[in-house]
Amino acid sequence: MSALLEVKNLQVRVEDREILHGLSLTVNKGEVHAIMGPNGSGKSTLSHVIAGKPGYEVTGGEILFKGEDLLEMSPDERAAKGVFLAFQYPVEIPGVATMTFLRTALNAQRKARGETELSTPDFLKKVREVAASLNIPQDMLRRGVNVGFSGGEKKRNEVLQMALFQPSLCILDEMDSGLDIDALRIAADGVNALRSSDRAMVVITHYQRLLNYIVPDYVHVMSKGRVVKSGGKELALELEESGYAQFEEQAA
Amino acid sequence: MPAELETVERVRRIDVDQYRYGFETIIESEKAPKGLSEDTVRFISEKKNEPAWMLEWRLEAFRRWQTMQEPTWARVDYPKIDYQDLYYYAAPKKKPELASLDEVDPEILKTYEKLGIPLREQEILAGVVRPEGERRVAVDAVFDSVSVATTFQKELKQAGVIFMPISEAIREHPDLVKKYLGSVVPTSDNFFATLNSAVFSDGSFVYVPPGVRCPMELSTYFRINERNTGQFERTLIIADKGAYVSYLEGCTAPQRDENQLHAAVVELVAHDDAEIKYSTVQNWYPGNSEGKGGVYNFVTKRGDCRGRNSKISWTQVETGSAITWKYPSCILRGDNSRGEFYSIAISNGYQQVDSGTKMIHLGKNTTSRIISKGIAAGKSQNTYRGLVSAHRKALGARNFTACDSLLIGDKCGAHTVPYVEAKNASALFEHEATTSKISEDVLFYCVQRGLSQEEAVGLVVNGFVKDVLQQLPMEFAVEAQKLISISLEGSVG
Amino acid sequence: MNVAVVKPTPERALGELFATARDRLPGSGIVSEVREAAFAEFAKRGLPNRRVEEWKYTDLRALLREVAPLAAAPDQAALAKAATAVAALDVIDAYKLVLVDGVFAPKLSDVSALEAGVRLNTLSEVLEDRDNKVRGDLLLTNATSDVMVSLNAAMATDGFVLNVDDNVALKKPIHIVHVATQTGTAAFTRSLLRVGKGAQATLVESFAAAAGAQTYQVHDAVVVWVGDDAQVQHVRLVEDSHDASNVSTAIVTLGAKTQFNSFNLTSGSVLSRYQGFLRFGGEHANATINGVNLLKDRQHGDTTLVLDHAVPHCDSREVFRAVVDDRAHSVFQGRINVHPDAQKTDARMMTRALLLSDEAEADNKPELEIFADDVQCGHGATTGALDESLLFYLRARGLSEKEAQALLIQAFVGEAMESIADEQLRELAIATAERWLAARG
Repeated sequence: MSALLEVKNLQVRVEDREILHGLSLTVNKGEVHAIMGPNGSGKSTLSHVIAGKPGYEVTGGEILFKGEDLLEMSPDERAAKGVFLAFQYPVEIPGVATMTFLRTALNAQRKARGETELSTPDFLKKVREVAASLNIPQDMLRRGVNVGFSGGEKKRNEVLQMALFQPSLCILDEMDSGLDIDALRIAADGVNALRSSDRAMVVITHYQRLLNYIVPDYVHVMSKGRVVKSGGKELALELEESGYAQFEEQAA
Repeated sequence: MPAELETVERVRRIDVDQYRYGFETIIESEKAPKGLSEDTVRFISEKKNEPAWMLEWRLEAFRRWQTMQEPTWARVDYPKIDYQDLYYYAAPKKKPELASLDEVDPEILKTYEKLGIPLREQEILAGVVRPEGERRVAVDAVFDSVSVATTFQKELKQAGVIFMPISEAIREHPDLVKKYLGSVVPTSDNFFATLNSAVFSDGSFVYVPPGVRCPMELSTYFRINERNTGQFERTLIIADKGAYVSYLEGCTAPQRDENQLHAAVVELVAHDDAEIKYSTVQNWYPGNSEGKGGVYNFVTKRGDCRGRNSKISWTQVETGSAITWKYPSCILRGDNSRGEFYSIAISNGYQQVDSGTKMIHLGKNTTSRIISKGIAAGKSQNTYRGLVSAHRKALGARNFTACDSLLIGDKCGAHTVPYVEAKNASALFEHEATTSKISEDVLFYCVQRGLSQEEAVGLVVNGFVKDVLQQLPMEFAVEAQKLISISLEGSVG
Repeated sequence: MNVAVVKPTPERALGELFATARDRLPGSGIVSEVREAAFAEFAKRGLPNRRVEEWKYTDLRALLREVAPLAAAPDQAALAKAATAVAALDVIDAYKLVLVDGVFAPKLSDVSALEAGVRLNTLSEVLEDRDNKVRGDLLLTNATSDVMVSLNAAMATDGFVLNVDDNVALKKPIHIVHVATQTGTAAFTRSLLRVGKGAQATLVESFAAAAGAQTYQVHDAVVVWVGDDAQVQHVRLVEDSHDASNVSTAIVTLGAKTQFNSFNLTSGSVLSRYQGFLRFGGEHANATINGVNLLKDRQHGDTTLVLDHAVPHCDSREVFRAVVDDRAHSVFQGRINVHPDAQKTDARMMTRALLLSDEAEADNKPELEIFADDVQCGHGATTGALDESLLFYLRARGLSEKEAQALLIQAFVGEAMESIADEQLRELAIATAERWLAARG
């Protein structure tokens, strides 16, 4: 069986600085992987490179997604293939109504996959269902994308898109940052509802707290641009006890 | 609204006659013959014992000046200046060689004492108790056309810093002067700068060698004393690679019925990784309550961020002068260089201010920041005029500009004239401007809490200018704050 | 052997321009005198150059070089070509009034359909009317001494004089369509609209070329008086051919408690200048003056607005957006004058430029001139490229680069279009922007 996502010996630079020094990671369908590590360990860089954010230079290694070379694809091609990045800081787009944005994005993905565009009634029905399950009021959908949204609303909007686009790989970048416990629970419930045997998730987080809500199958610890330890969910608890310091030395 | 009426009434009775630096010093002085000709230029050059190249430089400027027109684009209005009816050089009579400060005319020393400018190092060192860690300030005092004293020369010399009157620098460091003089503000730059190039008499010269952080604040104190005398000082500051210097100038003039002309030029050069912080507290005589007298302040100030990562920061508190025409600017030539302009311009009575800055982005990733606070009271006119431009090759240029105006009374005017010019897509410019009055609600709130109307206005104005005051060296921030209150006295507070 | 071509001096060319046109210009007596004086003013000052502060960024001496000779009156063939162009613009439900090469074309217009309460004359017929003692005033204004307005007064061949009676609410917009059919000539038009007290009217102006018309010049002026309590919308769409020039002026005077809502969209012309002079003449009036420049190739588009808050208690809002691609150059100058007694003025202006290419240029000059203290005035100006993080977010959600750009650009210009009250006009503006975006490819 071929893996959904294979990151092999990935080396990445930003300007003159190498951030990832040969990182490898394999994620199969149906699995939830957590990537933990201190600030500056390269967690967010990994998520950005998988999604294709400009400004990163891949100097070595490869990323295969469903067996295809992901690094050769533009960000929108990756999205159409099923890569979804839930942003740590979702941007505000004034003047573009959330509803317009959702429909444009969904249809762009469908078109790229050679599928027919969703009819307006079908689209509206689907959005309303998902929005209701995430406690997203209708008026939020009429406003500009994320404009004036609270931190929790922005994250719920990310989960809404995840539910709508049905990607095969979800990368959740520091999904808990800036959320209080109630907002976190709502967002996490939304994510858990999307867990399935067809879909994999990579949960990036600094704190173990999030993993109480989204329980991973595997935990990887990153330090200084490498995965320094991998294990089961108990590894997260262990980290909570002992901190990252032990790995810092190991990586150096 | 009685409070409002009272305010308006006060504005009518406005009293700029409270100018505290308006006394005259009676001393003997030596002047060039009235009027401007090649002979005047030769006279000045000879008085200064200048080398031949310097005279040539001046004469060339003078010849060019004769072909130039006085600019009219600024929003200032004044009777035609008769350039032949002025003296271009005045110096206190002195003994041939000045061995020490003791030989300076005691009247002049008294003048500076009265102005609160200490010139005796021992006094500064021994004098009043100073809080621990407070920085000392080296002062160059310019009285009319000449520098009368420069303090802390020895200590600065040890650090390798050259701080001396520019007339001395021309003789003692001709190579440095030749290399930099006119390299930022060319002799042909504009009418007033060209005039200055022909007849400048003195001013300060600063050179900070590579890697040196100037051990103290440097300061020049300008005083116009003589009647009908133009003051044309020239300042040149060079921060070599990795150097840092903070420089402050202060200005006052006696109270006179006729207008005095001041046309200065300041040139700053910052090499790689160097930083120059230039602060001005300008308090030339603003004229009386009828708009009679006062200094015409036509000044060209420009900094050249010549090297990579260099930084030039202008801070000005402009409260004086009948007319202010002044645009301290930055040429951001070096990659990653930064220019800053922080300004408080207060006009009262019949004062006219047309001031602002130019940020010329030429290098890559250059940044600039402009914070301008204009306060107009009485019958004054207060204009912010600024240019932000990004050259085609100035990739990644960034500017943020905020200019706010506050009007006190309904007989004054506040104007904002920004030019924002982008010639490449990666430039990111943000400009915002507001004009408002002091909210009656805020005043009422303060008065209800026990402040007087004047205190309340002072509070609001000080809040309004806070962002800029913070940029001043600490020693002067307090002084500037007091000055602001004094400038607005009689308007409201 | 080469024959030396003597280039006429600008002065001589100017003199010829008026001399050769004189016989064709309607009006005699007082009208001729006004024209002579206006032309003398123009001849004295010539085309504005960059040393004229108001024209600093649009140096007509360099960009326009000279005023083209007056266009000939359209013949049958020209009218036929114009008819095709007008049909293409006929997408809104309005009373259409067509000017072809500066001359009224009744057969292409909807004159008979006009509602009761609207009086229409052509400019030429009023100028020719010897019984009308004030006919010379149609060519005069005290709102500006701009030299291009003087040129327009000297040379105007036709236009409309429209009156909307008090308390009449027009059901449909009046749509003045300017069509050029010739190459290398200039059309000079001037229209006047007086809207009575409590009346409601919408004026739309379109500028377009008939097939084959090139390098022509449009010199237009519109003068609008809005009576007390009246509501007026003014929408302009400049879609001239890509090598044409368009220099237009709008002069607006607002009465008390009026609502004035204007929008200008410039996507055509290699060189365009739209200058608006708006004066608040009565208290409690409210004006929204918005505009969008969509420029590419080597287009130069200048929008210059001067607002005079001459009386207290008026509000103004200005929102301007420029989208600049290729080597195009956008200029926005906006000046707000608050006169000494205009207390309680609330004036805001926001101008933003989006540069899509490294060689694009945008100059913004927002100005405030304030002589009253109890006012709230502000302006903002930004210049920049499309936000990379927004683009990435959209692409990460599956939009192609062009789709993502188009969505953001539409949102960007949409902020200036929201204020167009009339839905069909708003949609027309949006559709024009969409066409422009689609043409970017």
